[in-house]
Amino acid sequence: MEKPYIIKQISIFSENRPGRLAAIAGALRDAEINIFAFSIAEANGFGVVRALVDRPEDAHRRLTDLGFRVSFTEVIGIRMRDEPGGLSEIASVLGDLGVNIEYAYAYSGRDGAILIVRVDRIEDAIRQILDRGGELLKTPSSR
Amino acid sequence: MFWNRVMETIRPEELADLQLKRLKWTLRQAQEVGLYQRKFREAGVSPDDIRTLDDVEKLPFTYKSELRAGYPFGLFAVPLREIVRIHTTSGTTGKPTVVGYTCNDLENWSELIARNMTMIGLGEDDIFQNAVNYGLFTGGLGFHYGAEKIGMTVIPSATGNTRRQIEMIEDFGVTAIHCTPSYALHLAEVAESMGKTLDTLQTGIFGAEAWSENMRVELERRLDLKAYDSYGLSEMYGPGVAFECLERSGLHLWHDFYLAEIIDSETGERLAPGERGELVITPLTKEALPLIRYRTGDVTRLIDNECACGRGQKIEKITGRCDDMLVIRGINVFPSQIEHVLRSLPEVGEQFMVYVDRVKHLDEMAIEVEMTRAGFSGELKDLARIQKMIAGELQSALGIRTSVKLVEPGSLPRFEGKAKRVVDRRGVL
Repeated sequence: MEKPYIIKQISIFSENRPGRLAAIAGALRDAEINIFAFSIAEANGFGVVRALVDRPEDAHRRLTDLGFRVSFTEVIGIRMRDEPGGLSEIASVLGDLGVNIEYAYAYSGRDGAILIVRVDRIEDAIRQILDRGGELLKTPSSR
Repeated sequence: MFWNRVMETIRPEELADLQLKRLKWTLRQAQEVGLYQRKFREAGVSPDDIRTLDDVEKLPFTYKSELRAGYPFGLFAVPLREIVRIHTTSGTTGKPTVVGYTCNDLENWSELIARNMTMIGLGEDDIFQNAVNYGLFTGGLGFHYGAEKIGMTVIPSATGNTRRQIEMIEDFGVTAIHCTPSYALHLAEVAESMGKTLDTLQTGIFGAEAWSENMRVELERRLDLKAYDSYGLSEMYGPGVAFECLERSGLHLWHDFYLAEIIDSETGERLAPGERGELVITPLTKEALPLIRYRTGDVTRLIDNECACGRGQKIEKITGRCDDMLVIRGINVFPSQIEHVLRSLPEVGEQFMVYVDRVKHLDEMAIEVEMTRAGFSGELKDLARIQKMIAGELQSALGIRTSVKLVEPGSLPRFEGKAKRVVDRRGVL
């Protein structure tokens, strides 16, 4: 039952220099792949571009063909109320459940606000969030 | 001032006799080594064919790679029980080059250092801070014993903790210091920041790196001392091979210990007197590790005019290398060593670039490597871990700290001919 809620995020290794994001975004544009959330994490001289896209397998293949180092990472998307206190509510739930967040990013769009999190014990986390009445994003293919 | 006036001012014809006698002895010593038995056979020469000094041209060269191949003790001409000291120097790949010394070798080495230091007026009244790496690096113990021999008060301060070094200079009244020229500049800068003028310091002996006349001017101005150049290499005992006298226009090479030739590094032909080329040395007194026509890789020329001090022929200050060896904070680094480390790591490719900079007068080496598929899990923390692991592997192989930068696959330049993987942005010191 947890499977549909595990979302494949694509993670792309990128040097920290001008034009790298443009190259990645351009490749996805040419393949007509839509990005609905993304973030950049940076370390010493390099970074990882993380993105949720509508066709992750295609994106992976396309970017790999172009020479990028790409891998899938499993994340979950938690729906939040798009009003004051929305994030606090979700963060408290995760904290109470003892789920550790490795990293997170969020977007707020037409269908509300979504918190994308990379957690330890992902299946456990999904089950408990659903049990607590939380609402999770489903993977694009099963929507 | 002379330590050994007779040998330091020996007349040319007497010197030639002595050199020939010692060359013949060295050839007999080399015959004890499997490598030389083979090399002489392949070159079709026998030690008996060497009747004049010019006959040395018939002998084959010895390369650093051959020393490495003999790791660890393959080139020793005496049994290990006669070896009383081992030093090592970085080789071109994973294994270091091992050099050994008999009691007589150590005695000869100290004699050379004693000559060098006496030549610039140092002696019993001096307090000497030896601020180089003690241990396997020959610069530490080499100078240490030579300085003790002439009765100096020796402070084996070694490297590191610059503020403490400066306190010692001040508190102990240090009059002479030995270190790398880049470390001397760093020392000057830290001393200035501490408001210390280091008034007792009068003599600086700088070696293990090539340095320019501009650097001399700067060091002398900032440290208010006289700066002297020291040249040596572990394969020839260590420092002490050639040294500047008070005239400071070229370095006196000790011809009773070393037979020097200048060759064209491409063709191996001996060059005309005064021409600049690769220095090739046949040491004449080495018992443990005799070497024949050793290719130093260092570029210089023999200076013809006589020196006012009365000593023998000088060589010009070393102006560069004819191979790709880098000297980073006094330590020899070959790009092939880096390649060797990277090849053993599946997380990164074999392409790399090395950038050498001087930051606050100290050499910094940065290495760019390409990620491979195996190396990328998608997680930033794994990348940071890989970066740290590579830096650790390089440190254990090279003996120096480097900063490692991960780059995208395919982003580093590919070379069709000779690879230019090193960008040295330090300029001349």
